[in-house]
Amino acid sequence: MKPVYVKSKGLQDTELHYCPGCSHGIVHKLIAETLEELNIIDTSVLICPVGCGVFAGNYLACDAVEAAHGRAPAVATGIKRTCPDQPVFTYQGDGDLASIGIAEIVHAAMRGEKFTTIFINNGIYGMTGGQMAPTTLIGQKATTAPLGRQKELHGEPIRMCEMLSSLGGLVYAERVCVADVPHIIKAKRAIKKAFTKQLNNEGFTFVEVLAACPTNWAMTTRKANEWVLGPMAEYYPLGVIKEV
Amino acid sequence: MAKELWKGNEAIAEAAIRAGCDCFFGYPITPQNEIPEYMSLHMPQHGKVFVQAESEVAAINMVYGAAAAGKRAMTSSSSPGISLKQEGISYIAGAELPAVIINMSRGGPGLGTIQASQADYFQSTRGGGNGDYRTMVLAPQSIQEAVDLVQDAFDLADKYRNPVLILADGMIGQMMEPIEWKQRPSVELPPKDWAATGRHGREKNNFVTSLRIDAPDCELHNVHIQSKYDRMAEEELRYETIGCDGQEPEIILASYGTTARICWSAINRLERKYGIKAGLFRPITLFPFPYDQLHQIASRPGVKAVISVEMSQGQMVDDVKLAVNGAAPVHFFGRAGGSIPTVDEVADFAASVVKGGAGK
Repeated sequence: MKPVYVKSKGLQDTELHYCPGCSHGIVHKLIAETLEELNIIDTSVLICPVGCGVFAGNYLACDAVEAAHGRAPAVATGIKRTCPDQPVFTYQGDGDLASIGIAEIVHAAMRGEKFTTIFINNGIYGMTGGQMAPTTLIGQKATTAPLGRQKELHGEPIRMCEMLSSLGGLVYAERVCVADVPHIIKAKRAIKKAFTKQLNNEGFTFVEVLAACPTNWAMTTRKANEWVLGPMAEYYPLGVIKEV
Repeated sequence: MAKELWKGNEAIAEAAIRAGCDCFFGYPITPQNEIPEYMSLHMPQHGKVFVQAESEVAAINMVYGAAAAGKRAMTSSSSPGISLKQEGISYIAGAELPAVIINMSRGGPGLGTIQASQADYFQSTRGGGNGDYRTMVLAPQSIQEAVDLVQDAFDLADKYRNPVLILADGMIGQMMEPIEWKQRPSVELPPKDWAATGRHGREKNNFVTSLRIDAPDCELHNVHIQSKYDRMAEEELRYETIGCDGQEPEIILASYGTTARICWSAINRLERKYGIKAGLFRPITLFPFPYDQLHQIASRPGVKAVISVEMSQGQMVDDVKLAVNGAAPVHFFGRAGGSIPTVDEVADFAASVVKGGAGK
């Protein structure tokens, strides 16, 4: 009998700690498949964030380095500059990348560092328990914005793809989501394209994934995915934001 | 080999290149700017990596990344910038990575002054960042010694998989002295089989991390890294004494780096001006600190007191007291905030201690 589906060799044989309905597992799978299909499991180095993705090095099969909060692009720069033949990618959440690590991601993009960043945007701090992120939508409640995010008080959420796309070093930025099967297929294509461009030495590549966090959003999985496809995708438009 | 005249900062940069430094990540701050400037020109000429980072925070994390990939990585800064690097230094120590960090220290606190200072002793020797860790700290007093120590630092960092800090000051960085480039013996070092270099057929992935989420595991890790510091104290102590052996000094000046040189002259001044015999104890490794060695000297009959002489308000004096441990009274003399003690100030203070005029 021919198997119609097998687990990617890009994943280790271990249980993930992520909550039910969380998007991290799906994105891990898409990265794992990409590494396998491009035959780079054996050469790649992953930089993990601080946040829910902190254990990603225990899940993906490639070598990994755990960075301090927000510093993954700097760590990746140190690796890619000294090991230019190795595929290098960071995996970062929105607190990590868009808040504490904003300088590191902006300057890595400005320099056109030849690594890939997978940016998981779920509009909330997951690991620490649902605090407001720079990406939290207006009106969305968080444990540090109990009345919901207010424009006058907190400002408007940051659109990282658009912001980074103003920089010459960035050659590809696409925003995707994994809320249903068609979007998962598109997300896979984007991730694979980003890695392919990296392998072609084109420049900095960036894939933003709108992700669900049912636990901290206090939603069912179905409601959470509707939230991604509804209010989130409305504020954070899906699709290619920049391609050189 | 013939002697050459070099500026401290540039000599340190060249020493790193000769020590096989693969990559340098810097950020401008006075008085260390000649290090990144030199590296920006010379590293690419050697096929090595130079990156001017967006901040000291980014620079140390680039060091972390390159070190995690098994490369010989270095950064340099001065006091306020070294404070910013403490996050990364803690992660480097926690993840057990080798790295070399130069601090051309200046007066603080805060922005302070760009003049030379030794006010970062506590930060350097007590870990500096969060958690139970130490950096090995090497304190040169001359350009020659700085050059030698920088080259040793890379080997020591690799040997212990631990950050090594060169604690100098703006004086060492800015002055010029004749130096000799010595032939260095090659040292056998452990293989970097832990590095994240891509698996290349390795059975399991390497995951370089300082995260130990389970408390018992984290405690074991702490015990392990502490055992490295114990080993450093057994194998790596370095210090120098002047006027201590066979000369029965009445007073011992304990001093490191730039102030130790002032103390050399103060020893002569004490003899000529006051007829007082003084000795110098100069720790070269500030961590590990040569406690026993200083204790033995302070315990000799005839030693009336030990004075810690520093460009600070009194930091190394804590270690001097721990070392002397009651064997003799310990006094402190220092100038702070970028002011440098004069030879006369040191000699006059020491003379007043001998005559019993200065409080303990």
